[in-house]
Amino acid sequence: MATVFFKTGDDISTDVIYPGRYMATVLPTETPQFAFADNAEVNGKLKAKQVAPGSVIVAGKNFGCGSSREQACSCLKGYELTIVAKGFARIFLQNSINLGLNLITAPDIEANEGDELEITGDKVVNKTTGKTFATIPLPAARQAIIDAGGLIAYTRKRVVENAARA
Amino acid sequence: MGRTVVEKILARASGRASVSAGDVVEPRVDLAMSHENAALVLNQFHAVFLGTDLEPKIWDPSRIAIIFDHRVPAESPKTASNQKKVREFVAKHGITRFHDVRGDEGGICHQILPENGYVRPGAVVVGTDSHTTSHGALNAFAFGIGATEMASVWSLGVALNIEVPQTIKVVVDGKFAPEVGPKDLILHLVGLLTAEGANYRVIEFHGETIRDMPTSGRLTLCNMSVEAGATSGIVPGDAETLRYLREEARVTDDVIEMVLPDADAVYERVVEIDAAKLAPQIACPHTVDNVKPVDAVVGTRVHQVVIGSCTNGRLDDIEVAARILKGRRVAKGTRMLVFPASGRIFQEAIERGYVSELMKAGAVVMNSGCGPCLGVHEGALGDGETALSTTNRNFKGRMGNPTSDVYLCSPAVAAASALTGVITDPRVGV
Repeated sequence: MATVFFKTGDDISTDVIYPGRYMATVLPTETPQFAFADNAEVNGKLKAKQVAPGSVIVAGKNFGCGSSREQACSCLKGYELTIVAKGFARIFLQNSINLGLNLITAPDIEANEGDELEITGDKVVNKTTGKTFATIPLPAARQAIIDAGGLIAYTRKRVVENAARA
Repeated sequence: MGRTVVEKILARASGRASVSAGDVVEPRVDLAMSHENAALVLNQFHAVFLGTDLEPKIWDPSRIAIIFDHRVPAESPKTASNQKKVREFVAKHGITRFHDVRGDEGGICHQILPENGYVRPGAVVVGTDSHTTSHGALNAFAFGIGATEMASVWSLGVALNIEVPQTIKVVVDGKFAPEVGPKDLILHLVGLLTAEGANYRVIEFHGETIRDMPTSGRLTLCNMSVEAGATSGIVPGDAETLRYLREEARVTDDVIEMVLPDADAVYERVVEIDAAKLAPQIACPHTVDNVKPVDAVVGTRVHQVVIGSCTNGRLDDIEVAARILKGRRVAKGTRMLVFPASGRIFQEAIERGYVSELMKAGAVVMNSGCGPCLGVHEGALGDGETALSTTNRNFKGRMGNPTSDVYLCSPAVAAASALTGVITDPRVGV
């Protein structure tokens, strides 16, 4: 069971998730402090560790649109959040798979802050409202990366295989 | 079955006779571009080799381009230190296509790549920047990726697990009205498709308006294709592509082969636009698809006008601004900042007298780079202020101040509005 701690709308850009002025900070260990930096309430709760790992952000369509900055994923991954959205922008989705940030695409999701969600293989159940929402699986092409534990591990495996073959 | 441009490029790059939308391929990469975020890429690149007994080695240093543009000259010790780290890495690994903070060969990555002939028709180009879509203007398949994905490309030389995208065909016919151009067209298209309307798709540009458009305009179109979510914009190669590569990019390859779609290529949908009917367009706060004809917002007070960026910082953009501002003055209470997209463009703008005309009118001509587009330095906005900008994004807080508003427009609208201090229709005269 996971609690929705923040609900937001459509077209939430990476400028909102991780403002450009913090882009000189690149390391995944350092980016979480600037997650939603222009939203004092959300940023404050995260930094004060008031949000349990596994907690959920519920969003509308096209979450993560805009810049390819990976900080927008690593800053959320740092808190081990799950994002349940009606849809994700391509690069953000790809970056999240690469870094292991948990994204769930549920085109019809309805949930409010404080709701309890149960997320399983193919659906999200809002335990608070009793409603069930179908989810769309991640692109199958990326499954090998998820299975390997992220893109760094996957690439390492390939590099070692290539070296052995050479 | 006929193939689209992206299907043909990806088939060739992955060594297959043919591929179609939905297939998963692993194309070799012809060019891998990064900017300041190379600092993160190199961190992830080293992580790939952790725990192995292998030395971190780039698959082909000649295929990597690194351009400093996002925060030049460095705005903070942190950025300066990141840039320093990248410089050391570049030297160690023998990366030659490196463009440092320089007046001669520096500039914005999406101008540096084309003007130096780094992009060829049919190439697969990846960049750790979402506006890498720009390079489809030269008939390449060019798309944005994250830093970790780039570390993977640096290690392996291929883009992993790429799903061949569907293609949306956009056919544009008709001649633009005076003071209307490529930026108005792409803003209109983003409004039409919406911010996610082309997500996971390629936009292929066709029609007489595109045929007659110089590469600078095509770069503007492909650049902002990502604002509709597109993986890339692509223009089928033609005589103008060849002209640009030979005359402007000084490419001397014996053979330059264009990639054209088959007559019976399969498109997900076709969108037709009559360019002659377009008025100047404006994207209003806070989404790029909130697009209206300029009439709808004429008279809105503007505190800062910006001309520049990978979208509209090219010579013809600066020429438009210089023509409109010549012999006149920027309105009191409005700041006008101009950022030529590269050192080469800056030099030409000086030689043609544009820089002098702009400065006499009151504009501040800044160094080549991304400027205030992403809200890092050079031109922050005050609380509640409004910017009118030829850049590509107007998200809340984009220019660094979450209480400010950003409107996006063409160089003509920006220049006309700088004279009046309010959003102005350049066709009406000022």
